[in-house]
Amino acid sequence: MPGNHLPGLVRACDTTGLPVCLDAQRFIRLHAVMAVVFLLIGGVAAILLGLTRWPAVHLLPADWYYRVLTLHGLNMLIFWILSLEIGILYFAGTTLLNSRLASTKLAWACFGLMGAGGALANVIVMIGKGDVLMTSYVPLMAHPLFYLAIILVAVGALIGVINYFATIYIARRDQTYEGSVPLVVFGATAAAIIAVFTLLHGAVVMVPTFLWSLGLVKTIDPGWYRLVWWGLGHASQQINVCAMVSVWYLLATLTTGAKPLNQAVCRAAFVFYILFINIASAHHLLVDPGVSATWKIWNTSYAMYLAVLASMIHGFTVPASVEVAMRRKGHDKGLFGWLAAAPWKNPGFSAFFLSLVIFGFGGGITGVTLGTQQINILAHNTLRIPGHFHMTVVGGTTLAFMGLCYYLVPLLFQREFHLRGLARVQPYLFAGGVTFMAMGMSFAGSYGVPRRHWDVDFTGATFPAGFDASAHLMLGVLGVGAVLSFLGLALFIGLTVAAVFTGRSNRGAPMAAW
Amino acid sequence: MSIDCPPPGWFRAPGGAERAWVGLALAWCVVMTIMMPFWHFRGKQNSTGESYAVTPAQFAERVGKFVDAHQVGEDEGWPVVEPPPGGDAYLQAQMWSWYPILKLRKGQTYRLHMSSMDLQHGFALLPLNMNFQVMPGYDHVLTITPTQTGEFQVICNEFCGIGHHLMTGKLLVE
Repeated sequence: MPGNHLPGLVRACDTTGLPVCLDAQRFIRLHAVMAVVFLLIGGVAAILLGLTRWPAVHLLPADWYYRVLTLHGLNMLIFWILSLEIGILYFAGTTLLNSRLASTKLAWACFGLMGAGGALANVIVMIGKGDVLMTSYVPLMAHPLFYLAIILVAVGALIGVINYFATIYIARRDQTYEGSVPLVVFGATAAAIIAVFTLLHGAVVMVPTFLWSLGLVKTIDPGWYRLVWWGLGHASQQINVCAMVSVWYLLATLTTGAKPLNQAVCRAAFVFYILFINIASAHHLLVDPGVSATWKIWNTSYAMYLAVLASMIHGFTVPASVEVAMRRKGHDKGLFGWLAAAPWKNPGFSAFFLSLVIFGFGGGITGVTLGTQQINILAHNTLRIPGHFHMTVVGGTTLAFMGLCYYLVPLLFQREFHLRGLARVQPYLFAGGVTFMAMGMSFAGSYGVPRRHWDVDFTGATFPAGFDASAHLMLGVLGVGAVLSFLGLALFIGLTVAAVFTGRSNRGAPMAAW
Repeated sequence: MSIDCPPPGWFRAPGGAERAWVGLALAWCVVMTIMMPFWHFRGKQNSTGESYAVTPAQFAERVGKFVDAHQVGEDEGWPVVEPPPGGDAYLQAQMWSWYPILKLRKGQTYRLHMSSMDLQHGFALLPLNMNFQVMPGYDHVLTITPTQTGEFQVICNEFCGIGHHLMTGKLLVE
């Protein structure tokens, strides 16, 4: 099928032969660089936090602990992931549909707003005007510019999503592809749809809060804030899940030639995410006043489990597609011969597969457990919660995105990685560190150790409180895991930055095989 | 391939192992969906979510009356208050304390009212490990029956400013 590219604004990929829209390529590069900068800020914050929660080290003073915690949450959960996701949308909409990017003006607006908003938020937090943590639960109040910065990022991201929908529209109009869109595009579109209602929730909750911080609105109901904020906070994590699963399918194809068994099943699972995940965000309010037990149970039971069903399906179809591809190549020995023969030295593959395992077994099981009304009474606001989401968002999404970067840099920056041996080790180091840290968090949390807490020995409190030695041991595990995962993260950033700026150009030749 | 447009006829029912897996996963989800409400009624361990609107000033007034009427002692200058069995108990959260110290009887049922004077707080009872959200404007009512005696710690597990880690309290069961 002929594309709709303007002359001189397209190239054929030297490795895959796929068409690359040069406008899209420029913005994917910009978003990738911006994403890695946010990842670095969030990563430095992460190691400072890990070394503070490790009681034997207890590095930061209390004010800086909460400040850096705010910084970490914003940069990691929102800025890094959202920036890279916009890049993924541009890639899916152009290269996979053989289309040009709909609008460079919108793309500049998206990039500018997200960059400005992210930078502004970081400055406000660092000067101590936004010590409200990522959730900024009212009536805790930050400087108005803090809320404005979040709104800027959200509006920027929304413009990027609109540009993606516009790109799909012109691709369809110009008939640049035949039949249904590829699976990766379908998954990316599911992520984009969830992004729209996520960001609308963000507007509904953040605009009044911004006006409240300016004194123009008298009060914001804290229960209402939590209800709507989690429509933003939880649904935004489902953008990540959709994008991550799409990246799993993409990396499975790039690294092993995998092909989904039944596309109708895979696509139906993405539709489940769109339909049910927003309602399932009720599980954040399981021990709240103001919402009834009936409301909590109804929303979390049926809706959450149908969203879980979607993940269960992907957890089968993704490795199954790899298995079929590997068996077809002749790796047919025994039950798991195909898995042993998989390209474990390829960081794109190992990052993708470890992400699948950590997300599915670690993050998925803890998530379903914590989301039940009964267990939530034990787990709410303890370290079990971050233990869960570091396995979904860090061991899952961030690790999968790292794997993606091992292809993104050679294919779209057209630069080769240095020190390829280190790159092969990096996913294992990061995955091991994150798993170790998250397990330390989960077990410490099961003793009741609170999350977002500077001193679990309660030094100086009127009535003494504290935890026994086993909880402290688990906080030590958290600390060691944090150090390991930070090393993995630093290695990733070092390798990626070195490749982008000083890597050997592979223009005109296929990328060096991993 | 996941990156190519699927060939015509891709929309078909799953077969073989895939069909079995989707069926098993769905059955498991149905089991879990039923378990949550089932255990809500069978286990009787859950809050019904009972709550009322209250301003911080109104709530503080009720706490004051409650302390005046039922104070039985003092600890570190804080009143120890024993509510009547079957009656109402009040716990006031504010930066950074839980007020007052409650003294309950094992096997008796109480209606525990919690609200905040300022920011959101997290009621966390240790070492039992029970956690509930406490917010300004909401009178959060838990119907509780202590099943073991001893001295319990109350800490805050919702970030409430720089002194968050100093926010502790005490709950006694005899």
